[in-house]
Amino acid sequence: MVNTTPLWEVFIRPRNGLAHKHVGSLHAADEIMALQAARDVYTRRGEGNSVWVVPSAAITASDPDQAEENFEPTGDKIYRHPTFYEIPEEVGNM
Amino acid sequence: MYSQGLIGADGRTDETPEFLEAFQQRVDAEEKIEPTDAMPEGYRRTLVRQIGQHAHSEIVGMLPEGNWITRAPSLRRKAALLAKVQDEGGHGLYLYSAAETLGVSREQMTEELHSGKAKYSSIFNYPTLSWADIGTVGWLVDGAAIMNQIPLCRCSFGPYARAMIRVCKEESFHQRQGYEIIMTLAQGTEAQKEMAQDSLNRWWWPALMMFGPHDGDSEHSDQSMKWKIKRFTNDELRQKFIDATVPQAEYLGLKVPDPELKWNEEKGGYDHGEIDWDEFWRVVKGHGRMNRDRIKARKAAWDNGAWVREAATAHAEKRRTRRMAAE
Amino acid sequence: MAIYQALLELADDHLVLGHRISEWCGHAPMLEEDLAMPNMALDLIGTSRTLYEHAGELEGKGQSEDDLAYLRGERDYRNCLLVERPNEDFAHTMLRQLYFAAFMYPYWIAAEKSSDEVVRGVAGKAQKEMAYHIRHAGEWVIRLGDGTDESATRMREAVDALSIYVDELFDSSPAAQEAEAAGVLPKRADLRAEWDKTIAQVFDEALLTLPAVPFAQRGGREGLHDEGLGHLLAEMQSVYRAHPGARW
Repeated sequence: MVNTTPLWEVFIRPRNGLAHKHVGSLHAADEIMALQAARDVYTRRGEGNSVWVVPSAAITASDPDQAEENFEPTGDKIYRHPTFYEIPEEVGNM
Repeated sequence: MYSQGLIGADGRTDETPEFLEAFQQRVDAEEKIEPTDAMPEGYRRTLVRQIGQHAHSEIVGMLPEGNWITRAPSLRRKAALLAKVQDEGGHGLYLYSAAETLGVSREQMTEELHSGKAKYSSIFNYPTLSWADIGTVGWLVDGAAIMNQIPLCRCSFGPYARAMIRVCKEESFHQRQGYEIIMTLAQGTEAQKEMAQDSLNRWWWPALMMFGPHDGDSEHSDQSMKWKIKRFTNDELRQKFIDATVPQAEYLGLKVPDPELKWNEEKGGYDHGEIDWDEFWRVVKGHGRMNRDRIKARKAAWDNGAWVREAATAHAEKRRTRRMAAE
Repeated sequence: MAIYQALLELADDHLVLGHRISEWCGHAPMLEEDLAMPNMALDLIGTSRTLYEHAGELEGKGQSEDDLAYLRGERDYRNCLLVERPNEDFAHTMLRQLYFAAFMYPYWIAAEKSSDEVVRGVAGKAQKEMAYHIRHAGEWVIRLGDGTDESATRMREAVDALSIYVDELFDSSPAAQEAEAAGVLPKRADLRAEWDKTIAQVFDEALLTLPAVPFAQRGGREGLHDEGLGHLLAEMQSVYRAHPGARW
């Protein structure tokens, strides 16, 4: 029997004020061991002050085959960006 | 630490020329390829094999250096070596994770290592026979590895490149640690100097072999370069390594064991003697001094740990059942 | 010099246990644990270095941390017996770690009131390390104790094998008693209730019971060790002793 230990994704917050960022993954049988392993593997050089672990299987990802229909329609909506609007320079930053 | 010489792209694909062309254009445009992107089967297979070999090299590489943790001759060295060997384990872990994004499990890769199906860097099939070897391994072997690994931070496959960035960042202390050990020996007692020279004598040629066969003899190397999995050829990297390392040896007053080694003003690099390729292939094929012992040690760790992993899985199952019952 | 001697006892505990854990490096049951165990070993070795250095300074004869670690033989080593016990298997190793950390955690908390500045400094750092060691080793003891039949059997065997070394943790040698009276080190005997509580919490979840100990083994503080320590030291000290006076 191949004993496959579940895979977890690890997120670390480098310091207060920043968001947790994905740093890698690891294997652990349960969430407590996953947290400890994340601490031991990914914070050996003071990389953070908070850790999240998420079972990799719990992530729902967008379908790469739908990438075009998902993300391209936004490309021509240039009026969502501030540079679309012309304001005279003397008015200053806005 | 890995031997790029063992790694060649698997060019076989069944995809249409249009698909391959479109993929190549993405790579040429320096776009990163991510795990769920469409990719040629050959590209995927090459990466699975290369990242797996790289990961195995890190894990097997813990053994020769681990051999001296319990004998390190000062507490400062003991702590540094332990931290270094631990890092190698971490690097193996990051790399296995990168390979897992391509749909192979760590267990599968581990089984392939144990069965001899998967290769790892031949350098770790040489024994560490003195404390000086810990210095030399850090200086030469990690030095050669860094030459290989820095270009991999720009590899076209995103997860591999990201793992390598982390590896390179952590690895920066390894070579310095090794050089400091050798320097202390080279400036020490007569016996320590001899130990350092003997160690350089034994590791110099194997370190050069880490870069793999000559470009002309390296199968599929072109395809790897084209896919930007590999960025420099074996001989280019080897030359870079020699040019960087020889002055470091001279600074220590140690002699590089190559009578043909000579500065070539015209090419701006060193000329050097020929590598013993018979020895190279012998070790690759499993007949190095330590091949059997290394795999035996890895298998023993895995087999002896099976009951621990099973217990962790069983306990996790119990926890889940209890939690569900409580809800 | 009593305080010097008492600090050596403490330093020896940490070095010998750190060394034992480092023997696992590259051979752990899973890669994640190959990362976790060196963290624990590095904590312990780090603490031993500060304590040796401080002991050497107090002694005032110019002995460095390495002189103290590498040039004393097994009769001069004053670690307790628990820490020198061989790794055996993962169950023994984790239980040994839990037993030790469950003692050292309240020890370092009490040592924050030490009259010695270096000891206070170590106490602040080491109590956090020990808190994590309790958690990490404790979670493993729970998983092995309440895992499979095999792991539960191995865990019970470890409890059986190691519990005879627990009482010695709470003994104070004459040197330690002097250091305690001088307010440099905490009173070991006072920590029993805290240790019992920590272990009871873990054992409750691990489905383990602390056995009655018909005869507790003692002697480490007088240099009366098991046979294994001599081998550990012979290995650890081999290079250092083969080159007297060399720098590394």
